[in-house]
Amino acid sequence: MNSKRLVTAVAAGAAVAMALSACGGTSSNGGDGGTTTPAFNAALTTTFNPSDKKGGIIKIANAGTWDSLDPGETYYSYAWNFLRLYGRSLLMFKPAPGGASNELVPDLAESLGVSGDEGKTWTYKLRAGVKYEDGTPVTSKDVKHAVLRSTDKETFPNGPAYFEGYLNLPEGYQGPYKTKDMDTNSAIETPDDRTIVFHLKKPFGGFDYFAHLPQTVPVPEAKDTGAKYREHVISTGPYKFQDNEIDKSFKLVRNDQWDPATDPNRRALPDGYEVTMNVNADDIDNRLISGDLHVDITGTGVQPASLPRVLGDPALKASADNPTSARLWYTSINPTVAPLDNIECRKAIEYAADRTGYQTAYGGVFSGGDIATTLLPPQIPGAQKFDLYPAGPDNKGDIAKAKEALAACGKPDGFETNIAYRAERPKEKATAESLQAALGRVGIKLTLKGFPQGDYFAQFAGNPPYVKANNLGLATNGWGADWNDGFGFLSQIVDSRVIRETGGSSNTSVRIPEVDKMLDDAIAETDKAKREAMWGAIDKRVMEEAVILPGVHAKSLLLRGKGLTNVFVSDAYNMYDYLALGLA
Amino acid sequence: MSHIPEDSLDSGAGLPFLQVRNLRVHFPTDDGVVKSVDDLSFSVERGKTLGIVGESGSGKSVTSLSIMGLHKEGAARISGEILLDGRNLVGMDREKVRLLRGKRMAMIFQDPLSAMHPYYTVGAQIVEAYRVHNKVAKQVARKHAIDLLARVGIPNPKSRVDDYPHQFSGGMRQRAMIAMALSCDPELLIADEPTTALDVTVQAQILDLIRDLQQEFDSAVVLITHDLGVVAELADDIMVMYAGRAVEHSTATDIFNSPQHPYTWGLLGSMPRLDRERSERLQPIKGTPPSLINVPDGCPFNPRCAYAGRNGDLSFTERPEFRDIGGGHHIACHLPTEDRHHIWDEEIRPKL
Amino acid sequence: MPATVIAYIIRRLFAAIVLLFVVSAVTFSIFFVTPKLLGATPETLATRYVGRTSTPDTIRATAEKLGFYDPVVVQYWNWVKGIFVGADYDYGPAVEHCPAPCLGYSFRTNQPVWPDLLDRIPVTLSLAVGAAVLWLLAGLAVGTLSALRKGTIFDRVAMGVSLAGVSLPIFFTGLLSLSVFSYNLGWTAVGGAYTPFLENPGEWAYNLLLPWITLALLFSAQYARLTRAGMLETMNEDFIRTARAKGLPERTVVVRHGLRGALTPILTIFGLDVGLLLGGAILTESAFSLQGLGKYAIEGILNYDLPKVMGVTILAAFFVVVANLIVDLLYAVVDPRVRK
Repeated sequence: MNSKRLVTAVAAGAAVAMALSACGGTSSNGGDGGTTTPAFNAALTTTFNPSDKKGGIIKIANAGTWDSLDPGETYYSYAWNFLRLYGRSLLMFKPAPGGASNELVPDLAESLGVSGDEGKTWTYKLRAGVKYEDGTPVTSKDVKHAVLRSTDKETFPNGPAYFEGYLNLPEGYQGPYKTKDMDTNSAIETPDDRTIVFHLKKPFGGFDYFAHLPQTVPVPEAKDTGAKYREHVISTGPYKFQDNEIDKSFKLVRNDQWDPATDPNRRALPDGYEVTMNVNADDIDNRLISGDLHVDITGTGVQPASLPRVLGDPALKASADNPTSARLWYTSINPTVAPLDNIECRKAIEYAADRTGYQTAYGGVFSGGDIATTLLPPQIPGAQKFDLYPAGPDNKGDIAKAKEALAACGKPDGFETNIAYRAERPKEKATAESLQAALGRVGIKLTLKGFPQGDYFAQFAGNPPYVKANNLGLATNGWGADWNDGFGFLSQIVDSRVIRETGGSSNTSVRIPEVDKMLDDAIAETDKAKREAMWGAIDKRVMEEAVILPGVHAKSLLLRGKGLTNVFVSDAYNMYDYLALGLA
Repeated sequence: MSHIPEDSLDSGAGLPFLQVRNLRVHFPTDDGVVKSVDDLSFSVERGKTLGIVGESGSGKSVTSLSIMGLHKEGAARISGEILLDGRNLVGMDREKVRLLRGKRMAMIFQDPLSAMHPYYTVGAQIVEAYRVHNKVAKQVARKHAIDLLARVGIPNPKSRVDDYPHQFSGGMRQRAMIAMALSCDPELLIADEPTTALDVTVQAQILDLIRDLQQEFDSAVVLITHDLGVVAELADDIMVMYAGRAVEHSTATDIFNSPQHPYTWGLLGSMPRLDRERSERLQPIKGTPPSLINVPDGCPFNPRCAYAGRNGDLSFTERPEFRDIGGGHHIACHLPTEDRHHIWDEEIRPKL
Repeated sequence: MPATVIAYIIRRLFAAIVLLFVVSAVTFSIFFVTPKLLGATPETLATRYVGRTSTPDTIRATAEKLGFYDPVVVQYWNWVKGIFVGADYDYGPAVEHCPAPCLGYSFRTNQPVWPDLLDRIPVTLSLAVGAAVLWLLAGLAVGTLSALRKGTIFDRVAMGVSLAGVSLPIFFTGLLSLSVFSYNLGWTAVGGAYTPFLENPGEWAYNLLLPWITLALLFSAQYARLTRAGMLETMNEDFIRTARAKGLPERTVVVRHGLRGALTPILTIFGLDVGLLLGGAILTESAFSLQGLGKYAIEGILNYDLPKVMGVTILAAFFVVVANLIVDLLYAVVDPRVRK
């Protein structure tokens, strides 16, 4: 009877999803009947193998390790996707196929945030009856503690730093461990056990996106062990941890304190999950194909070695999906390096670049991605399609236009500059080589400079004095959105104020005061539709300055594990949604 | 074509224990057939010692290894007969030969340091030799080894039995080697250059030991050496070999008193004598031993022989027959008898 | 004699400790000094450990926490001190004492390194020892037969195969054998499977069989060639002729006299190989997803996780040193001439 109620809830949720996606305008064809026919991209916009069957253990492998299982510190997209199994943040991305997943829905909260003070305060009311795995009820104070502890970056250096940037925290606040007795009501108030009010330093219209961050997953202060909390996260979701060996393996088993009545989003079909880390990446592909494994958790797709095998075998290809990620691979064009301080010289590079070469460098259309002419990936609300520097009919560059631009720049015979790339990344090296060849056609001579990726931004390509002193005119770069929203995508790569003279920023080339202002305006805008339109305008304005050469909007080739039910790609995470999966 | 000096050398004690007849040992190689031993015949009785003398490469060591059956299977082409107590070893099943080895015939090698396994104690190696052929308990074999070590004159054998070869002096090692060879009371003992690696003073002791033991065991001994001085002390008979063949064979007395072959003269000339001043210059034989693949036509010794031209072309065209020149003294030389006597008496003997 | 042996061991262990200091100091320096030569500041180093939206404050706090503002010598001293007296680690709500030997905490996961190492040693040990037994047996057998049948078809095929074995990359053989024997045929365990020996020896062996064989293939090829060369040399020694002259059966001659003589140089290399492998069979562990020291080292290196790298480095150096010592002592057991 429990499952009956669940089915109703899911059906209702699906109806809402359809309705939302319909008015949101994002395409979600296929409806919700789902499909059972294996076909290439079958799970891209609809549910593959829909089922209500419970039971079974889903086997998951990770070629690497979690950055952290602690909701306060994790910063990987797949970790956020997966975390919903054991933690409930205030809001969440809807577990629905395709574009519908970009919708924020209430999770721990009863509804989306209610803003006040022109976007400076945000209030959420928690659902009644939500408990931890030990049976203690969840209160708003636990959410407050969770958010506050995440601002202690000495303890949690890896986590997102949005809250400490926007919350109106008192001067000198260093988190609940070091400054335990400081009054933090200026930032977060909990008038009662079910209400939480966030106070911001400045208006922020997209705060609901912050409320979806795992950092709002409640952490009971009594059980908070700081940097060691990752060893045993206290669950609020349908599953809890068992046998957690950091960097090796863990199991999730059913949490009997989770009440489906409080949770319209989770179906909790399998009985548990078995997760192994540090598994050989090629071996993961083989095991997915053989059926020994259900999910490659990182969601970045098969390894280059498996690519021809999957694409060449019709049966395998029919069990694959090829979603686009909200990730842009691009090349920064640094206006601090002469002669690129002249916009015409920058335009020459935009025109002369060979877009198909860029795409090939990243692995072609299936594993590389779609040729990009804008910054914003298409699935981000507000993204517009435009092409300011048409590259000719074959997409291999417009030599005539490039030469014109060079002449206008006063360098009709071209010039010399360097291109930086991360030495450990063969795709970036291939990109640099492709650009070297393409730009060479108009007399722009590129010298390749590889740098260690660990210090790429801190010390080299992201370090303005170094860039200038070493004439790094170009630098290969890449960015994926923290979430599918213009703010999440753009703020770190086009805001000139994130550039630090000491290095460390991904943004190295965009220094446009007008863009900074446009960002501020958009951020403060609480009207969703207006705000989204402004992201597109910023994209265009940056491209007009020719300080970024877009490469590809990344795609990956995912394999659906054998025997999985309810498989669909979530646009929000650009991989399979891990909340919905079940076993046949 | 048999040149066995049987009647003269067998002094009536029945059949010799070891008889070698027309032995040929040839090694096929990529460059041609190496004729290491060619048409060799000799015999040794129990209680007697035969010295085989020659330079390295003359075939003497190959002969001894053939008798022992130690050539690698398939590597050597052996023909003729090797009769050990009447049984022909040539063509005999290898396993049967193995069972004779160490039991009825044993061998003492030149360099006792390399000839003994460095990782096993002297005692263990003697015990091993004894127990291959005698089914006895380890303790019994050990007792036997200690007795043997005492017998070959190793002081304090009870503790030395557990020493490793490298802890022994050169002479001690050779004594131990002899003890090992004697462990099964062999009837034939082949000693291949047993004293070459030793000090002169130790040499004499070892030779004395071999002589004493031979008398004690009444075994037939084949003593192989390039040094006539060694056989002078020990041998009853001496066979001189050159290029895989015998060139002179007689009693030791004969060989020393009236050697008939120019090669033997050369050997005598290069022999250091204990009874003379060491200051006298040795007179080594000129030139080098011939290739055993292309043995010179005629007398194989002709390129190095000072008297080869004395019989016209004969020494260069015809191989001299190995023949009895009286009293069982065999030689292979074209020189007329008077010439040989004359040269020996007038030119060679005074210089020695 | 035992007294001199003990003195020798003590002397060698003392030298080993000095060596471990040198190795750890060099590793430490490479980590800090090399970036510094390229102009890195404590903050640029700290940038490696913070999230991508970090603020300058975050970076400074991290640099502070990891002790990057101290001179390198002081940081090294603190690390060494931890080994002898332990260290305190602030993980937020409370401070934890990490008892000696404290090799520090992972920069990434905040896990103490020493228990991690202890956890992974059995995996690597199982892998190395099992493979070593296999390759030694296979290498000696094939090498001996090859030497005795020099020039025959067996010899040529065996040496050809072993040449291929030496040149095949373990990543290739590992993944290929996994896909064939585990996924297609289902004969062997899947990658990553490991059961502690004490828990279930049968399963332990079953799970490790494929990694053993793969690793052993690489080494046995090399050992077959070594054995063959050694046997060819030894079988020409005078003492082999002596052994035959005693009338020993050929098998006794080959094994007791020949192989025993050829064994010493192989033993030396064997000891070093096993010692090196105990520090982590990086490629095999990666191919078969075994959570051993090698995999741990790779994680450490890829993540700039200095305490992990330091931990594995000195552990590996320790194993090599100990293996060397054992080889030297075994040398004396095998070759009496070495005892003096």
